[in-house]
Parts: sequence; structure tokens; C-alpha cells
Amino acid sequence: MHVIHSGNVTVNTQCDYAPVTEEMGVRLPLLALLAKEPAHGYELKQALEQTFGAAYPSPNIGQIYVTLGRLEKDGLIRAVAVEQSSRPNKKVYFLTQQGREALIAWADGPLEGPRLRDEFFMKLVLAPMTGIADRGALINRQTRHFLGLMRELHHLSETTSPDDRYAHLLIEGAMLHLQADLDWLERCREELT
Amino acid sequence: MSEDPVVKTVNPVKIYQNGDVPVPAVRGVDLQVEAGEFVAVMGPSGSGKSTLVHMLGGLDQRTSGEIWISGKRADTLSESKWALLRRRGVGFVFQFFNLIGNMTVADNVELPALLAGASPREARQRREFLLGELGLAARADDPPARLAGGEQQRVALARALAHEPSLLLADEPTGNLDTRNTRDVLRLLSQVHKKGQTIIMVTHDHRAASCADRVISLLDGQIVDDAPIPAARRGPRRNAGDVIELRG
Repeated sequence: MHVIHSGNVTVNTQCDYAPVTEEMGVRLPLLALLAKEPAHGYELKQALEQTFGAAYPSPNIGQIYVTLGRLEKDGLIRAVAVEQSSRPNKKVYFLTQQGREALIAWADGPLEGPRLRDEFFMKLVLAPMTGIADRGALINRQTRHFLGLMRELHHLSETTSPDDRYAHLLIEGAMLHLQADLDWLERCREELT
Repeated sequence: MSEDPVVKTVNPVKIYQNGDVPVPAVRGVDLQVEAGEFVAVMGPSGSGKSTLVHMLGGLDQRTSGEIWISGKRADTLSESKWALLRRRGVGFVFQFFNLIGNMTVADNVELPALLAGASPREARQRREFLLGELGLAARADDPPARLAGGEQQRVALARALAHEPSLLLADEPTGNLDTRNTRDVLRLLSQVHKKGQTIIMVTHDHRAASCADRVISLLDGQIVDDAPIPAARRGPRRNAGDVIELRG
């Protein structure tokens, strides 16, 4: 899978936009939301959606509760039960001092620059040696594939509400990464074919 | 309408003379573009991509080979016949826009339509549509010099499309534009393409190229790849969130 890492946000330029909102991916957003004010699980889900708009692979409520459980076990948040008149008690979560420190450490820390985990580079270098593939053909195929992804991002941009600024910035970022990859392929072609 | 390809080239070669040294810019690019196609021509600088479209528009004489536009041999035309062909059937937009300074934006855009035989009313409606799409309706009465570079570029695109040419040649149409202006230009290109406009666009910008449905890559004056861009996949609705992966 071709993935570009940028700190804790990973731009997935591969076609299979797998829903990757695993437990880890929800931790920091939840901590950040709880730093603002205590909230219960469903409120957190709504706040995530409101904050990120389409720029967030919306997690289901189950994922959120699982993550909250783990954050609580790690001592980063705590829960208090709030009585409700006609319904079962609901748990309101709040950030602990330890949680606040974890959040600050994350916010203050520098992020790694984008990094190419590039299997294609290995192919490009190794394939001609073994005689199993032609470099020009490899570059062409990869270029076409990336152009197809670029086209998808265009499509995505057109179908995303113009008001959703975060989503547009995210898409633009992905496009710029892809653009750099394509420019690099062109350089490979100039140098190697 | 004939079913001839809008553009067909047979082994066109362009050699520039640099002092005593012949410099081949295009070395036999066989090309066929059908009506309604949107083709992006890409390649590093010096690969011959601009020279190629200049030859297609009659702005550069080919050294040898043949160029056919809509079934008619074009490379043997005189300068004035070429001008006539461009006036009727070819729109050209460059990185530098060559707008007429002592005419308003509106007149700049309407002129090619009038020259091609449109009525004043048709020319005006077309102009209003194009400037509207490019967010320039409010600038119609200004002289071009009062516009920013990005705005002038968009006016140049509107002008190139004013007479509904059967072929639009665009040489780096987003070359000097910022992100927002680029988006407007690409949106208009996509839109006229959907209505059947044939477009050949030279660009070094892959984001622009991905709006085309076919990309030709040049290197050293020759085609190294010519392929359709895979269509965006249909399927479950995606949104921007699907582009990222969040990790803790």
C-alpha cells in the first residue's frame, strides 16, 4: 500500500480507501474534545462530526466507547455516572491531569515530514536487473495509476461542499502529495529510460 | 459533421536552427485526436510539448510531416489561410494572454465570436456565460490592464472559447494561476468538455492533466506514453475523510 505519513495523519493515496478509524485513530481527537469540556460518548461523536465535517472518516459509536474505555484504563480520562430521571445513568467523561499532559506532549511535538514508503522505488531499481520488467513500462503504469487517483481526488473535491474548508484542505494536501509523486516519476523517466 | 479526427499528424518533425546547430524539438509524433476528446500533453521542459501544439495551431511551421485538422491538410496552408482556420475552428490560449489593451474585457471576448460570424446577440450571450463561469462578470467593462494576472488569464480562456471552436489548444492555461484561479479554469475546461469541446492542453501540472481523459507523455520530442486516465471509480459514496487515515 502506498501511504504517505505526516505525523499522525496519514494520507492514503491508494485506491482502497479502507475505513481505518481503528481505536488508535480516535484517541487524540477524543482527548482534545474532552480538554474543551466533559462530555458523554454520543456528544463526542457529534462533536467529531461537527469539527471535521467530511474531513473525518466518521467512527461509529461502538468504536468511540471502546476507545473511551481504553483511555480510562490508561488513566488519561475518568468517568462519572450522571443520574437521569427516566433512563439509565449516563457516563460523562473528563480529562485527567495525565491526559492533559499527553495531549500537550502530542500538540508540542514536531511531526515527521512526509515520507515515501516506496515499494515502487524498489521495483524500479531491481526489476531491470532481473529482466522481469521494463523501466519505461513500470513508470508509465505507475503514472497512469497516480493520474487515476488524482482524478478521483478531483471528483471528490467537486462533490464536497465548498463550505467544508477542512475537507478541501485535506483533499488539496493529498493532491499536492500525489503531484510530487508524479513529478518524481517524470524525473525517474528522464534519468533512467 | 464529418467523422474525421479533429487532429491527425503524420510523422511531424520540427527542427530549430540554433546558429549552426540543428535542434530537434519534435521528432515524429504520430497523433490522432477524435472529436470530444480532452487530451493532456505532458513532459519535462524541452520535451517538445509546446512546439507540438504550436504546430497544431499553425503558429510554428513544421520542418517535415503532415498535420490534418478536421480532415483537411493544414501544414501546407499559407499564413492567411491558417489565420482563417483558427478564426473558424481553433481556439488558442497561451500562458501569456495577449489581450487587446484598448478594448474592454467584454469586447476582447466577443471579438472572436463576431469574427467567426456570430450575431452580436449570440456573441454577447456567449461572453456573459463564459465570464460568469470564470467569476469575471463584474469585470466586463474594464480594460484588461486593470485586471490581475490570474484574471487576464481567465479572460484569455473565455476569448479562446468564444467562437465555440471545434478544437481548443491550451498551452499551460493554469501556468501562472494560484490554486483558486486554477480551479476555476479547470472547472470551465471540464464543463465545456462535457458539452463536447475537443481540447488539447499542454501542462506540467498533473492536477490539471487529471481533468483530461487521455494523457500523452513526451520526452525528447517523442511520445513515451499515450493512455487514457482510468475513470474515477464509482461505488460506495466517498468523502474527504476516506482520504486520510488517523493514527494515535
